[in-house]
Amino acid sequence: MSSNNFLIKGILRENPTFVLVLGMCPTLATTTSAINGMGMGLATTFVLIFSNVIISLIASQVPGKVRIPVYIVVIASAVTVLQLLMQAFTPGLYNTLGIFIPLIVVNCIILGRAEAFASKNGVGASALDGIGIGIGFTLSLTAIGLVRELLGSLSAFGVKLGSGDGVLVFVLAPGAFLVLGYLMVLFNSLKSRIK
Amino acid sequence: MEYILIIISAVFVNNILLMQFLGVCPFLGVSNKVSTAMGMSGAVVFVIALSTLVTYLLQYYVLIPLKIEFLQTVAFILVIAALVQMVEIILKKISPSLYQALGIFLPLITTNCAVLGLAIIVVSKEFAFSGTPGMFNLAEAIVYATASAVGFGVAMILFSGLREQLDLNNVPKSFRGTPIALITAGILALAFMGFAGIV
Repeated sequence: MSSNNFLIKGILRENPTFVLVLGMCPTLATTTSAINGMGMGLATTFVLIFSNVIISLIASQVPGKVRIPVYIVVIASAVTVLQLLMQAFTPGLYNTLGIFIPLIVVNCIILGRAEAFASKNGVGASALDGIGIGIGFTLSLTAIGLVRELLGSLSAFGVKLGSGDGVLVFVLAPGAFLVLGYLMVLFNSLKSRIK
Repeated sequence: MEYILIIISAVFVNNILLMQFLGVCPFLGVSNKVSTAMGMSGAVVFVIALSTLVTYLLQYYVLIPLKIEFLQTVAFILVIAALVQMVEIILKKISPSLYQALGIFLPLITTNCAVLGLAIIVVSKEFAFSGTPGMFNLAEAIVYATASAVGFGVAMILFSGLREQLDLNNVPKSFRGTPIALITAGILALAFMGFAGIV
């Protein structure tokens, strides 16, 4: 795989949010603002790269029957490392994302990449795959967060853009479903127009 | 009385699916038919009640006394995965009819974030019920977790009913599939917001 290709794959062809529709729980829950969405995306990217690299190294040693439990333990260890790092260096973000940090373990994107890509490819390719998919996920989450923040509180990345309150419902739970739904419509119609 | 409040709060006001976004993957994945939604909900209620009991005891009698709370994520996910496997094997032996009904959903449940999410929520002080600091006792923890799972089921079955109707309609091309499902879920979540403040 050429080194340019992995970015196109992660952002467009196999975009985890808009094309594969994986990892919906953190996508909906943590995108109340652009910064939160980006934080969650980067946290997931860290775990994705970590687990992809380790799994591509050990895959040939792991017997087929127990591979899923082994992968889950590797991913859970990566998440624990991330939890400790975030508690130490970004306590604010750690508290905002709350329960969704440990829940990265059950994010289907990570186990999906481990099973579909890292277990069959070398270390370098797996790391690049993790970076590509991670960037795709981070961009999608930031975009959703930005739209919700703009509509819900008239600000972008924490900077207030206008006076007034915005439409609060977009920051609350229903707004998450609605914004993601309409962004997906936009993504689909753009994609069919390009084809 | 306190238990009734916990139940109403968990099923309607803080609905785990529509308000807290736990378990959205199966919510979107297996909600095409009311019958599969019911099977999935049944399996989820069963597994959550059991796994909360086990992880609660694990947290307070193993992890905290040994001062290894940082292993919580690893320990809980292993326990849940093992438990789901065990439930599957036991059900197959003692109740083939129940296994027929729930069987295909059980392997999917390990990666249902509602199970791990609830296990973590009930043992952590930060996410304690209705803002009151302090921990759940064992009975409250299980009532809360089971009621949340029932809330998952209620939302799931309502949503699958809506989707069955939706299938009969002519949906614009770029809305087909997941987008229209998400927008429907958004409207359902709006409806659930009406419950805010009743507890």
